[in-house]
Amino acid sequence: MNTLAVVPNIGTETPVLEGRGLTKSFWVKRSSGLLARRSRLHAVDDVSVQLMAGAVTAVVGESGSGKTTVARLLARIVKPDAGAVLLDGQPVAAARSRSFAAQVQMVFQDPFASLNPVHRVRHHLSRPLQIHHTSDGDVDGAVIQLLHRVALDPPANFADKFPHELSGGQRQRVAIARALAVRPRVLLADEPVSMLDVSIRLGVLNLLADLRDRERLAILYVTHDIASARYLADTIVVMYAGQLVEAAPSVSLTDSPAHPYTQLLLSAAPDPERLERPILSARGAPPSLLAPPSGCRFHPRCPHVMEICKRMAPPTVTVSTSHAAACWLHVDSANGVVDGVGVTPATSPSPQREAEVQRPP
Amino acid sequence: MSHQGVSAMTSPGTPAALGPAPAAGRGEDPVLEIRGLCVDYGFGDDAVHAVADCDLTLGRGRVLGLAGESGSGKSTLAMAAIRLLRSPGVITGGEVLFHSRRTPAGEPATALDLLAAGEKELRAVRWSEIAIVLQSALNALNPVSTIGAQFDELLATHRPELGRAARRDRAGDLLELVGMTADRLRSYPHEMSGGMRQRSMIAMALALDPQVMILDEPTTALDVVTQREILEELMGLRDRLGFAALFITHDLSLLVEFADDIAVMYAGRLMERAPAASLFRAPRLPYTHGLLHCFPPMHGERYRMEGIPGSPPDLRDLPPGCAFHPRCQWAMPQCGQDVPRLEPLAGSPREVACWLHRGNAIAPPELTLPDPVVTRPRIAPVIDTSAGRAV
Repeated sequence: MNTLAVVPNIGTETPVLEGRGLTKSFWVKRSSGLLARRSRLHAVDDVSVQLMAGAVTAVVGESGSGKTTVARLLARIVKPDAGAVLLDGQPVAAARSRSFAAQVQMVFQDPFASLNPVHRVRHHLSRPLQIHHTSDGDVDGAVIQLLHRVALDPPANFADKFPHELSGGQRQRVAIARALAVRPRVLLADEPVSMLDVSIRLGVLNLLADLRDRERLAILYVTHDIASARYLADTIVVMYAGQLVEAAPSVSLTDSPAHPYTQLLLSAAPDPERLERPILSARGAPPSLLAPPSGCRFHPRCPHVMEICKRMAPPTVTVSTSHAAACWLHVDSANGVVDGVGVTPATSPSPQREAEVQRPP
Repeated sequence: MSHQGVSAMTSPGTPAALGPAPAAGRGEDPVLEIRGLCVDYGFGDDAVHAVADCDLTLGRGRVLGLAGESGSGKSTLAMAAIRLLRSPGVITGGEVLFHSRRTPAGEPATALDLLAAGEKELRAVRWSEIAIVLQSALNALNPVSTIGAQFDELLATHRPELGRAARRDRAGDLLELVGMTADRLRSYPHEMSGGMRQRSMIAMALALDPQVMILDEPTTALDVVTQREILEELMGLRDRLGFAALFITHDLSLLVEFADDIAVMYAGRLMERAPAASLFRAPRLPYTHGLLHCFPPMHGERYRMEGIPGSPPDLRDLPPGCAFHPRCQWAMPQCGQDVPRLEPLAGSPREVACWLHRGNAIAPPELTLPDPVVTRPRIAPVIDTSAGRAV
């Protein structure tokens, strides 16, 4: 088994929510009709993430990299093919129970779609309070308090508004308030600001930061915007083609990226402070996940590609404290890893990988 | 984008004469001049003024960035200027002068007012002189015919002198120009990635060698790597083919890298216009200043940033005076009463619509930083793999 579980070691604290070796593939039709040929799309492959109390973990990747699927796997909206979700170190039962929902809540990308247009804000917030009995009898008071917590002031003005009367940022705050209604300990935010206007994005990011600091929430922040991840998150994990390629404290990851893909992402991101136009180290697009490349999935685009990259999936290498990357380039510098994997020029491809790549549709 | 960063990059006390080269535009060989353009959605008292009294000049061969949030009217402005505005949009005033470089032999060059032009005159200009690249390439391309068929139709209509084989060759050349291979002519739009669809849109827009390209959020739906590839290719093509581009986007940080000049729109009005480096290093408008502080930096210390308080205004219910004054930290009593006009700022190539820079008002130090001395060099030659693919 390749070990693409890039997990930074943050002390010895037990993570509030943890995904271990999460793997998920979807079956997609490749033609139409009764006898349509179906193929397996490897959306997420052996991904492990840990969400700590009072910390934001960002998952960064391009569209199709599997970052949203990871959030959905952690929320138990999607069942993994393999791997486990652990709450406080305990495996979560297969069914998505109410007690799990009361601890782990999601915030979706599009606040125009995630709020019901025919209901007032009060309804959106009071339903979870009633269903989960978290209002201590005073639903109206709890609604006002929720609106206050997401900085919609004065709360009384907002409670009786319909979603269409609110701006995008206000809607997203209502969606966050709704998630907070059940007093969760984990918030899974899937691109919470990418639909919002530039000038109000920071407000929502700051709200998430305040919830982390004031209420010790564990937050997963899924985004394609690496600059906002650097701003908000304590830890960033980078996904490429369904796999984790790098994980590190956010400043360390953006200042000294170890994986060639992370380096590519950073060089491509808009950065007006840059004095010279960057030269992209790689071109092209991510591979099809119906038939992912053998070995390292980034090897067809990688500027530093070596023979081994094409044959074997790279091991996870600790490049510095809490900074891990899944890349053969760093294998030599890391003690013991080479022996552990048994890399010699004559190494045949790992049987496990071969089987996975050639699995019939 | 911290203040420290800004002041470190500019040397105080630099004489203004060493500032950046004057912006192309006024009196400097404009190719498209928008004057006093007004656009409403709807009629009568219910009309929403989506674009109000906008003046904008695109210099020949320049890239003019048009930045603004959603609903600020930037797309409406461009669509109205080239008469592609859809109902219920109504152009209620202004003129848009197109100065073509190509005039029939013997005739003096005259400017064509696109707003007054008839269908026949517009037809002669659209696509062949002014081409557009839209955001959603999947919607802009015909889903039921191949890319090749769409090129063929276009060239058969506008270049009737070309035979079938010549049209196919030209289409293949165009695809290669944007970094694709000619065999993609046989593909349907759904068979290509988003980046390739956008590339073929650009190739189609370039097919008739236009003088002006309107780029309406051309890379917003794409991933950052593809976005940079396509923008680099576009700017390389601009250097070789010499077209002017109006680049519309909400991403101001992208414009700072790719545009020569930037105009900022807010609530239907143009609020500031300046060379890209000046606008980024030393904005004069409170809104631009705030917008620049909405992009977290990629380097240096992390610190809490506040963005701009409040939300963009509802165009149906605009505040009186300057539309930005309720969100402005430096608002004065006058800002709530009179609408500031976009006017040149004394001694610089900028224009700004803000009372803080008029009369006896004293602008805060954040808005009076000296112009940067070193401007970004014009697009460096592309020395990577794309050069090999270029024609």
